[in-house]
Amino acid sequence: MSRRLRLVVFGLGAAGLAALFVWGFAELPHFGDFDGAYGQLLADLTVPERHATSAVAVSTFDFRGLDTLGEEFILFTAAVGVLVLLRGQRAGETVAAEPIRAHHPTAESRTLRSVSVALAAPVLVLGAYVVAHGHLTPGGGFQGGVVLMTALLLVYLGGTHLRVGGMRPLTGMEAAEGAGAAGFALIGLGGIVLAASFLENFLPFGTTGNLISGGVIPLLNVSVGFEVMGALLVVIGELLDQRFLIRRGDQ
Amino acid sequence: MSFLPYAVAGWLFLVGLYGIVTSRNLIHLVVCLTVVQASTYVLLLAIGYRDDATAPIFADISTSRPVVDPVVATLTLTDVVVEATVAALLLSLAVQAHRRFGTLDPDELGALRG
Repeated sequence: MSRRLRLVVFGLGAAGLAALFVWGFAELPHFGDFDGAYGQLLADLTVPERHATSAVAVSTFDFRGLDTLGEEFILFTAAVGVLVLLRGQRAGETVAAEPIRAHHPTAESRTLRSVSVALAAPVLVLGAYVVAHGHLTPGGGFQGGVVLMTALLLVYLGGTHLRVGGMRPLTGMEAAEGAGAAGFALIGLGGIVLAASFLENFLPFGTTGNLISGGVIPLLNVSVGFEVMGALLVVIGELLDQRFLIRRGDQ
Repeated sequence: MSFLPYAVAGWLFLVGLYGIVTSRNLIHLVVCLTVVQASTYVLLLAIGYRDDATAPIFADISTSRPVVDPVVATLTLTDVVVEATVAALLLSLAVQAHRRFGTLDPDELGALRG
């Protein structure tokens, strides 16, 4: 199909879809007029029943915890998929992926190196803070895990690629990813053993507003934090390894 | 105008789709797909919004304040995670395609495959 014909077909389809959107959106409740009882119920139960203050965290990890378990395994499976796709391809290579000039810093610019090294520790603290306060304020394991990943990536950017071929901190990241996914499932199983059903809370709820409160929600946040950090670093690490491979192929 | 946020979601969907249809590079195509997915965030969050309501975080507000729907926020969180994983998988497929066929242009890939 030529590009012109494709554009014409797309134009017709898009116009039809836009018309359907207008029709459908006109029937939706007016913006700001939402009247869902379910969300309101969860928001009302958050403080009295779970002693946590973030209704989003409580619905993510408690009322809809099973969804989140599935979501976490989507992330896990995708990271494994990337590993399989990219490592399988590397199996034919004679040399393991490693930098061309292993003993030189990868960041040529001194500014980049110093800024990223200086930022790494504060970002790490910020990530731990966001994970730990997930049940109190906006944040949690998913968001905090991404921030933690950024901190480790800053070390990588500012330092050298030295360890990519040798010690491979990526192995540790795979362990973190697995531990995070397993931790979530184990806490869920703990609900069966120590309470009545899967993912049911089995810890004391504590005092609303305290760092340690909300039952198992902070623990679930920590395991998700590890999972997200590990999975993202594994994926990014694999894609960076590819860059070395491709560059070597060009030489 | 109470219709505007929904229109933004629809527009993001269509403009991302246009990018996918006209894309000449697989990486660009993945980015366009994330634009399409962004429309679902806007739609979900727009549906859950209530006039004069605040975020459903009771750390510093009274529990009697009206809040926006926490369920759509949870769904959006799931949505963001799924988008990131889909993008990661598609990018690694793009790397594969580039290594096997030496091109990232979807049209040339189609020609190679017949």
